[in-house]
Amino acid sequence: MIIYGTALLAVCHLLGIVLGDLLGHALGMHTNVGGVGIAMLMLIVARLYLQRQDGLTPASESGVHYWGALYIPIVVAMAMQQNVVAALRGGPVAVIAAVGSVLLCGLVVSFINRLEPEGAESETGDQPK
Amino acid sequence: MWEILEKAAKENGLVAAFAMVGLVVWLSGAISRRLTFGRVHGSAIAIFIGLVLAYSGGKMSGGTKGLADIALFGGIGLMGGNMLRDFAIVATAFEVQATEARRAGWIGAVALMLGTVLPFIVGVSVARAFGYSDAVSMTTIGAGAITYIVGPVTGAAIGASSDVMALSIATGVIKAILVMVTTPMAAKFLRLKTPRSAMVFGGLAGTVSGVSAGLAATDRRLVPYGALVATFHTGIGCLLGPSVLYAIVRAMT
Repeated sequence: MIIYGTALLAVCHLLGIVLGDLLGHALGMHTNVGGVGIAMLMLIVARLYLQRQDGLTPASESGVHYWGALYIPIVVAMAMQQNVVAALRGGPVAVIAAVGSVLLCGLVVSFINRLEPEGAESETGDQPK
Repeated sequence: MWEILEKAAKENGLVAAFAMVGLVVWLSGAISRRLTFGRVHGSAIAIFIGLVLAYSGGKMSGGTKGLADIALFGGIGLMGGNMLRDFAIVATAFEVQATEARRAGWIGAVALMLGTVLPFIVGVSVARAFGYSDAVSMTTIGAGAITYIVGPVTGAAIGASSDVMALSIATGVIKAILVMVTTPMAAKFLRLKTPRSAMVFGGLAGTVSGVSAGLAATDRRLVPYGALVATFHTGIGCLLGPSVLYAIVRAMT
C-alpha cells in the first residue's frame, strides 16, 4: 500500500519536528533545533529496520520516493515565493558569499586530494567499476 | 473565458501550482539541453527562473511573497511552503544507503564537516561585512552558503525575515550553479580521478545538484561517490545550522 510509505514519512517528519522543538526548548532557544535533520535520520533508521524485517514492499517505498522526487519542484515553488526584490536591494552579498565559499572549498578539495597517495584506492578496493 | 480560467486557478490553487511548476521545470530542461548542452543542470535553471518570477511577482504586487502574492498563483505559497518543503526534504533521506555510506569512511565525514563549516564562515563573514550584524541574519546567510536548502530551513527555524531568506537562497543557488559550471574546468586542479577524491569533492562542494551535474560532466563513473557524500550535506546542515552554528554566532555577537 502506497499510503504506508507516505504515512511512515509523515510520522518521521512529525516526530522529528516534535523532537526538534523539545531539543530547542531544552537548549533554551525556543526554536526548532534540527527537526528536519532528526526526521531524516529517523527515516534512514526506520528504512534499515523495516528492510531487515522485510516490511517494505516496493509499493510502500514508492509512497516515499514520490515525495523525494518532488523535492526539486517544491524548491522551485519555494524560490517563486521569495522576497527577491528585497534580496537584490541587499547588493552583492549573495555573489561574494557564493564565490568565496566555492573558491575556498575548491582549494581544500585540491589540497586533500593531493595528500592521497598514488594507488591508495586499490588498497581499499574502491576503484570505479 | 479569462474569468473562468482565473476562477479555476484560484479555487484549485495547489493543482494550478503543480501545473505551473511542471511547466517551468520542463522549460528549464529544454534550456539545459539546447542552450547549455547539459552543462548547467535543468534544476538549477528552474530555480533561477523561479527567483526571476518571484522578482516580477514582487514588483507587480508590491508584496513580500513573490509570485504567491498574485491571487492567480496563490497555490505556489502552499506548494513551496514550509510544510511540503520539509516533507520532501525528509523523503530524500530514503535514498541514502547506510552500507555505502560507511564505505565513504572518515575522509567523507571530514570533508562533510569542512564543507559545512567553511562555507558557513565565509557566508557569515560576508554578511557581517555588508552590515547584517544580527545573529539570525548572519546565520541564515551563512547557512545559505552551505546549500540553498540549508539556508531557508535554518532561516525558518530561527525566524529570519523573508528578504534575508531570499538572499540566503540566492547564495546557495549561485554556489550550485558555480559548482556545476566550473567543476569540469577545474577537474585537473581538484585531482578528481578516484572514488575517494570524488567523495572528498562531494563533501566539500555540497549541493547534490551541483556535485552530480559537475561530476557527470567530468567523469560519469565518479557521480555516485560524490553524490553519496553530498546527500548527507543537507541533513547535516539542517541539523547543525539552526542549532550549533546559530548558537556559536549568537554567542559571538
